[in-house]
Amino acid sequence: MTEILPAEGVFSLLWVLIALPAAGALILLLGGRRTNTWGPYLGILTVVGSAVIAVLMLLAMMAEPAEQRTVIQNVYDWVFVGSFQVSFALQLDQLSIVFVLLITLVGALIFIYSLGYMAHDPDRRKFFAYLNLFVAAMLLLVLANNYLLLYVGWEGVGLASYLLIGFWQRKPTAAAAAKKAFVINRVGDVGLSVAIMLIFVTFGSVTFQDVFGQVGEANEGTLTAIGLLLLLAAAGKSAQFPLQAWLLDAMEGPTPVSALIHAATMVTAGVYLIARSNAIYNAATWAATAVVVVGLITIFMGAIIGSAKDDIKKSLAGSTMSQIGYMVFAAGLGPIGYVFAIFHLLTHGVFKAGLFLGAGSVMHGMNDGVNMRRYGALKGVMVITFITFMAGYLAIIGIPPFSGFWSKDEIIHAAFERNSIIGAAAILAAGITGFYMTRMVAMTFFGKKRWEDDVHPHESPKVMTIPLIILAIGSTFMGMALLFWGNIEYWLEPVVGYESVPTPLPTWVYIVVTLVVVIIGAIIGWVTYARKDVPIEAPRGNLLTRAARQDLYGDAINDVLVVEPTYKSAHALTTFDNKAVDGFVTWTASFVGDLSKRLRRSQTGFARSYALSMVGGAIILLVALILVRLS
Amino acid sequence: MNPANYILLSALLFSIGAIGVLVRRNAIIVFMSVELMLNSANLAFVAFARMNGNLDGQVVAFFVMVVAAAEVVVGLAIIVTIFRTRRSASIDEPNLLKY
Repeated sequence: MTEILPAEGVFSLLWVLIALPAAGALILLLGGRRTNTWGPYLGILTVVGSAVIAVLMLLAMMAEPAEQRTVIQNVYDWVFVGSFQVSFALQLDQLSIVFVLLITLVGALIFIYSLGYMAHDPDRRKFFAYLNLFVAAMLLLVLANNYLLLYVGWEGVGLASYLLIGFWQRKPTAAAAAKKAFVINRVGDVGLSVAIMLIFVTFGSVTFQDVFGQVGEANEGTLTAIGLLLLLAAAGKSAQFPLQAWLLDAMEGPTPVSALIHAATMVTAGVYLIARSNAIYNAATWAATAVVVVGLITIFMGAIIGSAKDDIKKSLAGSTMSQIGYMVFAAGLGPIGYVFAIFHLLTHGVFKAGLFLGAGSVMHGMNDGVNMRRYGALKGVMVITFITFMAGYLAIIGIPPFSGFWSKDEIIHAAFERNSIIGAAAILAAGITGFYMTRMVAMTFFGKKRWEDDVHPHESPKVMTIPLIILAIGSTFMGMALLFWGNIEYWLEPVVGYESVPTPLPTWVYIVVTLVVVIIGAIIGWVTYARKDVPIEAPRGNLLTRAARQDLYGDAINDVLVVEPTYKSAHALTTFDNKAVDGFVTWTASFVGDLSKRLRRSQTGFARSYALSMVGGAIILLVALILVRLS
Repeated sequence: MNPANYILLSALLFSIGAIGVLVRRNAIIVFMSVELMLNSANLAFVAFARMNGNLDGQVVAFFVMVVAAAEVVVGLAIIVTIFRTRRSASIDEPNLLKY
């Protein structure tokens, strides 16, 4: 059992990590137009401040022995109702610190890049405020020491994501995409909230220590239910099958948002959730298998969609889905996979942020055009963007020594340790990755110029290229650094566990086979899109291409299964309400009204007629009495 | 004398009063008819008291007289006010309070 360090020294600043960006968001949102000039700089400063604190904490943590690297800071007592006791407590351990570093460091780079990318946007301040809000919520998500607090962060990043996808809300497509992301995320969030309730009912607590300490006492059925619900939550947040449809539309947001939220950090929250709940999945084999299946399906869906899209950002979004699929897939493999899921998450966070920012830089030079069929031959015009994009490209397809090679290779290897068929599937998907990324690079940077007439491509300003260069360096060396110098698997082992199982064949065989498949994929992509001319109008394509252009009919399926039935039942209920419920009420009212209108006529205003009715009534009464008496 | 005769007289007076209320238009006459009805009731009360040999009916007759006196005061005041504004004591003319 790991010992828990008191939050002293630099660790006493744990709450400041979250408070800084939260304060930034608050000042920018409440300050209004007054903060327009210096607001963005304040936003950057708060995130850089958090990053500095995070680095200091990493150093302090490395000084401690491996078993004593968990710090818990109780900020205040949050919910204390009967037996339901939850503290606002933050937990920093080996798993959270790598997330905190990814969020703050990559976040800081993307903030700086945004300064250039959003330079001409009148709502720049609001943009930075929302980004700050996102960073604060994401840090809360990874630093929470219980599921309820994690849920707060979880909803916070969902809100920030919604606000930022719909940042250009005057565009109807952006507004619709934001709404779609929000609604689909709600489906996953329901899974998380029910999981938390189930956890509380089963374990009597929602803090990680209590829950994971008591996993052995719960029965497997309950654990499987919790695991599947958490998987639903992860699928919503991480755009995994079957809740994947929102991520492609989410590209309507500004490109830095796509890089930070929809590539590097927020969409990986699902992987974090699964890795954090490793004790539950280790005990619930069926749930873990479901995780593997979902991951595997998404790897292929994302890769196929990425291969067909002509919109550079949507193609990258497909690739993000696919890569997160790899992480979820690895997390489902159990203790042999968790560390590599996190490892791939870190390398992917860096190289995919680089790729997205590179795509943003290309768009910046191309009048915000996203159609790759209108790109071509940009390698001479945008040298820095081209070189940095190539670093990301080599990293994502997994060419040694770039970072993606190390992490993806470890995942494939772990898959073979479990089962050769899923391992082979993972290799095949790596080949498709090679194909679609080569296609993207070939269509964008090589071939002939297919620019529109009024487009004059140019390199982006330094404020954008410097983050690109830093991320490219990260894409190149981070994998090696984490694996050989950081010993990532042993660093994470105390939190998520790690074991290695011998594989049927020696390791180098898998590496060689993977590389060969990737290179074949890349060659097919090169031959199809760089050696031949790319038509400006998209050709009709085969059946699979057409399906992939429609996001593999994800929207159509959602429409048929969910949207249409919901509309229909809503219409039916409205009709029932209007006709039956309202009908009865209005009929009664009009009946009474009509009756009253007629009765009203008897009020003539003549006193004598009233007197007559009184006398008449008295006579009737009298006659009745007499008749009764007589009979 | 047979006490039933008093009751018959009372019924006769009551009917005259009721018909007077229903058929006459002059407010004063209607008013007097009402008084006639009240007094016919008084007569019936007193006759019953005599028949039963106790004083209950007599007591009620006094009550009715008191109420009738009060009613006369209010009723005449209303009639005089209506006459002042409308220059007529017809009971059919003030018919504004209707549907």
